[in-house]
Amino acid sequence: MLRKIVVTLFVIVCFILQCSVFGNFAFAGIIPNLMIILTASFGFMRGENDGLIIGFFCGLLNDIFFGSVLGFYALLMMYIGFLNGKFSRIFYPEDIKLPIALIITSDLSYGILCYILLFMLQGKFQFGYYFLHVILPEALYTIVVTMFLYPLILKVNEKMETGE
Amino acid sequence: MSPVIKKKGERFTLPSKYLLLILTVLCTLMMLITFGTDTFNRPLNVVVGKVIVPFQQGIGKMGGWLSKRSDELEQIRNLLDENARLKEQIAVLTEENILLQQDKYELNNLRQLMELNEQYEEYKKVGARIIARDSGNWYSSFIVDKGSNQGIEADMNVIAGGGLVGRVTAVGPNWARVTSIISDNSNVSGMTISTGNNLIVSGDLQLMSQGNIRFGQLVDSKNLVAEGDKIVTSNISDKYLPNLLIGYISSIDRDSNNLTKSGLITPAVDFEHLEEVLIITDRKQSIDE
Repeated sequence: MLRKIVVTLFVIVCFILQCSVFGNFAFAGIIPNLMIILTASFGFMRGENDGLIIGFFCGLLNDIFFGSVLGFYALLMMYIGFLNGKFSRIFYPEDIKLPIALIITSDLSYGILCYILLFMLQGKFQFGYYFLHVILPEALYTIVVTMFLYPLILKVNEKMETGE
Repeated sequence: MSPVIKKKGERFTLPSKYLLLILTVLCTLMMLITFGTDTFNRPLNVVVGKVIVPFQQGIGKMGGWLSKRSDELEQIRNLLDENARLKEQIAVLTEENILLQQDKYELNNLRQLMELNEQYEEYKKVGARIIARDSGNWYSSFIVDKGSNQGIEADMNVIAGGGLVGRVTAVGPNWARVTSIISDNSNVSGMTISTGNNLIVSGDLQLMSQGNIRFGQLVDSKNLVAEGDKIVTSNISDKYLPNLLIGYISSIDRDSNNLTKSGLITPAVDFEHLEEVLIITDRKQSIDE
């Protein structure tokens, strides 16, 4: 129960930060993707089930406020959480390389999927432009934020795991 | 792919692949349903309006307070200087005002003579504060702190600083989403004010960073439209009220089909530094009564 409350708080706080405070810290109009950090890290820390549920709600929140249809981002984030959960077996809290690699891969694939589904299907084929100006900067910025956010998530998760 | 193994106290948990399947079907269904209707949106909008929006409003207010304090410090220095300048300007403007009032008197007389209706109707407006921006990097939309409780409805037009910002695309009880005209999924029917030629103004992600928007499908066989022309919303648009300023043409090119022209528009609104907007509560459909 405590875990559910804490995770819900994490999701809400990150969403609010992402669409208010981080708008002011945008580099070249690009804001980091905190939802990916949350979904991916809970995925590989807690396993497939938690990953996909957290991903679903992160995406749903995004859908309600900013999506044109309900369920699009939820579906995307859910699969990202699920696939990250696959790595929970080889995850060790001491190792920082795997989380970084997973989060950057998640954000890149999220960006590329968004491009394919939202832009390429509209006939906008300049993938190079979108990759260099949106997808890659977002992934890099996300990694920078991960350096600060991930240790916090890890610590909270360890606290809760010892409590359970 | 075995069921999740808990450390202690085995409880029933759904294997994740089934959960994934169920939620996938749920998402697909929701997408299909919300593509045409807004069945789910209403209850969900109410719920998130209760939970999220108060926080966003709080953060927005705090950010506003902080930036105001820092602005104040900066401004004090400029204010003294500005004050002197403004006093000079007042003198000039007073004189100009007298001239304009004479002109207005004359104009009113002429209007009466011509039996012209008031062309620019006074729209009813509601001020709103921006409390959140798009969480992704693909589109440009933002959340404002007024919703259906304050009489906001979808498709209402939004302006700021005399120019068109966008329109309301989703409404909750105490929030509304505004999709701006520079967003990649936005199209506005516009016209040139000097010649009355129609054109389509569409946002583009590639130009968003430069602050420009694209226009196309301008039929201008007599080459009357030039750079610097004013673009306003056209009267054939079904979502936008007529004669709202969009921006000025900054470049214009002939399309390869030799029939139409396209180019770039510099918007009248500074989208990067928007804080407050005005929502016009008159809607296009309800005006022709």
